[in-house]
Amino acid sequence: MTNTIADIETAEVILVTGSNTTENHPVLSTFIKRAALKGTTLIVIDPRRIKLAHHANTWLRPELGTDIAWINGLMHVIIKENLFDKTFVEKRCEGFEELKKTVETYTPDYVEAITGISATDITETARTFAKAKNASILYCMGITQHTTGTDNVKSLANLSMLTGNLGIPGGGVNPLRGQNNVQGACDMGGLPNVLTAYQKVDDDTARAKFEKTWGVTDLPAKPGLTATDMIEGAHSGTLKALYIVGENPMVSDPDLNHAEKAIENLDFMVVQDIFLTETAQMADVVLPAFCFAEKEGTFSNTERRVQRVRKAVEAPGFARDDWRILSEIATRMGYPMNYPNSNAIFEEMTTVTPSYAGITWERIENVGLHWPCPTVEHPGTPILHTKQFTRGKGMFHAIDHRPPAELPDKDYPFMLTTGRVLYHYHTGTMTMKSPGLNTMSPECFVEISANDAQRLGFEDGIMVDVLSRRGKIKAKLEISSKAVDGTLFIPFHFAKAAANRLTNAKVDPVAKIPEFKVCAITIRRAA
Amino acid sequence: MGNETHITIDNKRFAFEPSETILDVAHRNNIFIPTLCHLKGATPTGACRICVVEVEGAPNLVASCATPAAANMVVYSESQEVITARRSIIRLMLSSGHHNCAIRDFDTKDWTQFQLKVLEVDGTQDLCPVWGECKLQDLAYRYQVKAQGLPQSESKYPMERVNPFMIRDFSRCILCGRCVQACRDIQVNNAIDFGYRGADTKIIAGTDVALKDSDCVFCGECIEVCPVGALVTEHAMKPERFVKTKKIRTTCSYCGVGCQIELSVQNNRIIQVNSAGDTPPNNGSLCVKGRFGFDFVGSPERLTSPLIRKNGKLEGATWDEALDLVANTLTQIKKDHGSDSIGMLTSARVTNEENYIAQKFTRAVLKTNNVDHCARL
Ligand code: SF4
Ligand code: SF4
Ligand code: SF4
Ligand code: FES
Repeated sequence: MTNTIADIETAEVILVTGSNTTENHPVLSTFIKRAALKGTTLIVIDPRRIKLAHHANTWLRPELGTDIAWINGLMHVIIKENLFDKTFVEKRCEGFEELKKTVETYTPDYVEAITGISATDITETARTFAKAKNASILYCMGITQHTTGTDNVKSLANLSMLTGNLGIPGGGVNPLRGQNNVQGACDMGGLPNVLTAYQKVDDDTARAKFEKTWGVTDLPAKPGLTATDMIEGAHSGTLKALYIVGENPMVSDPDLNHAEKAIENLDFMVVQDIFLTETAQMADVVLPAFCFAEKEGTFSNTERRVQRVRKAVEAPGFARDDWRILSEIATRMGYPMNYPNSNAIFEEMTTVTPSYAGITWERIENVGLHWPCPTVEHPGTPILHTKQFTRGKGMFHAIDHRPPAELPDKDYPFMLTTGRVLYHYHTGTMTMKSPGLNTMSPECFVEISANDAQRLGFEDGIMVDVLSRRGKIKAKLEISSKAVDGTLFIPFHFAKAAANRLTNAKVDPVAKIPEFKVCAITIRRAA
Repeated sequence: MGNETHITIDNKRFAFEPSETILDVAHRNNIFIPTLCHLKGATPTGACRICVVEVEGAPNLVASCATPAAANMVVYSESQEVITARRSIIRLMLSSGHHNCAIRDFDTKDWTQFQLKVLEVDGTQDLCPVWGECKLQDLAYRYQVKAQGLPQSESKYPMERVNPFMIRDFSRCILCGRCVQACRDIQVNNAIDFGYRGADTKIIAGTDVALKDSDCVFCGECIEVCPVGALVTEHAMKPERFVKTKKIRTTCSYCGVGCQIELSVQNNRIIQVNSAGDTPPNNGSLCVKGRFGFDFVGSPERLTSPLIRKNGKLEGATWDEALDLVANTLTQIKKDHGSDSIGMLTSARVTNEENYIAQKFTRAVLKTNNVDHCARL
């Protein structure tokens, strides 16, 4: 997030899109709901009538995969009616003319035709957003998990810059991180193209610094494979071995049938986890690790706040700390790694990571700090880009709407979108061990609108087969007021009826994020 | 220093901000005033009146949580009149519910007998589960309210235990309304409210249905704010009171909000999760996963030893066997097919330190940049 969680409550307008906040970030949603209660204008733009829509002043419903169109539509109105922040655009941004030219075609009527959002709603929303003193944008995977994911995000940034909402309290473009330490995994260089703090692997100076600290030579300069590329590599046979720490791609990957074949094709797979997950069952070696309650360390939350994780219980059996396992293997491979404890790792990390350089475990004992925090005297940075952007001037990206990779047709007449429910988390390896959570959400379901169910002659609660071009699952039908005609929703948590047997593995060309949020399906009464 | 910005409490002068109540000023200056219904972040309702104080010139005692501090105001926080009022409020509360925590028969002169009495009743499931952590009990003790001889009224509403997380015991509810405010003003879930009237008043969910059939999302905010034993977790009923409990503050391991939580641990098991209090980012709030989702830690299904695939089946192995096998195989594959034939998927669930080590291992030892995590998925 460019801004903080607490900061949300100071916005005059909040725009939430592609985030089912009350279920996926429940406590963060309380900040939004409280703001709305106290008079902040809340705009929710989401294909489902999610709970947050009931707290909103406006709920707009775009067709799946048409986000660029409505964002361009808002910018069209804002530019045409001269509601944009001229000083901000002039002083801090570039590329305005190209943007202006591109969004010119996105008249409210044109946008209505693509998105299904009425032209009046586009105009009204654009005015409300632009006239706010400060307006915050919050988004989640409903924006990123598309073949146009990167462009969707850039479009939201366009909108925020155009209205001068970056770098101010109560503003910003705020991605909500799904898993507890996504932010940290990225910050720590758990990405194929960057080392810690986003230092590029092809930057010779950066590599030289790491080589010195790590006592090695020839660190690879060529960016590596993304997770989705690794699956492809395994499939085609160029990737021979895969080491997986605490992830369960055999439920979370798109087009699971394809992923399964890819994994079977590997020569060697190691899985380090706390349970024998669907993925671990396919491994050659399984290594038992500690869970969060058994270890010391830090997580970085969605607002870039680095916070402590502390040991509360002893781990079962012979399980070990993840870092100890990897250090042992490194040592056996001829590169000794001997850390006395995880704090020593943190200390080494801060010496090569400018944005974490001023953070110590001691400083975050009681309250976490927001990076960038370059020195031990630095108070941390709650709001990013207050003076300038990382690259100096903010760049507008002129982007056109592109339809999703797969659209409904005669054989597969419904759109499917996937996501999570309140009571479960990701692939359920943790939440499904809680009897209470299982009682509240025992099994997979297919959410359908009352209209669609009636048209098909289906009753609530019957079992249905759901089919896409890639696979088939069986689940219970649930008539819900959240669903909109023509679009079905299935949570992806449940391995037994894994929604990802249906999803499309087509990825965004830049971020390599698969299009989990749109594919074409059909349903029929299960035999 | 003009008088217009000062208030006098117990003969001491204090500056105050325009928006502060008498209670705010007192608490900021460490003057004790008890509260029951007052909830930070919500509009004061003045429901319980336990926070009454004497204000010079005012005809009656005033509720300090709902009265703004005013210039030249002179306040007595615990005058005789105040103490008498508080004692009668406490007595009324104790007699209007099923407060069988032995406070009823409390007699400070006979401490031993009191303890024996507690032990005797403790075995029964009826004994209030929040004994020792109840604000009403604390106040009864502080103000020496003996409830002996008071009639004990039975509640007309039975206990609700039909959801897997929490118990609603209406017989102990003092109708302070904190839960309603927590649900409506803090979490904004609007699941519960006051229902019925007069002596029939009850905290109801929806149209007086069970919580599980209402809009309740089991965030547990109401449990955390209930000053008495009317809202407790299912866990609270288990007889674990005499085992030593240690409390550890940590960060929730579910979503990216990173709520600060406090784990209560007994015999190496997490028995309860609370928020870590008024600290960012969650300022005391949690959701159902953070509060009720940590059974997995002590699950019998946890992996306890390394496994190696032998003849197609995963079988138990020693660490030495497993680590040697991994190190040797990776070395061999690196030699035969090159560094880029190996990939590492690190995790958005493990710590920063572990992610750092995972990418260091991949880059410095395997010599490839094939490292990613499943954030995109
Ligand atoms: S658990 Fe949460 S949602 Fe349910 S009644 Fe309590 S405060 Fe409201
Ligand atoms: S349940 Fe607890 S918090 Fe709610 S009104 Fe009763 S005593 Fe107060
Ligand atoms: S308690 Fe809920 S909202 Fe808070 S971090 Fe955990 S899962 Fe997220
Ligand atoms: S605390 Fe002030 S009236 Fe209850």
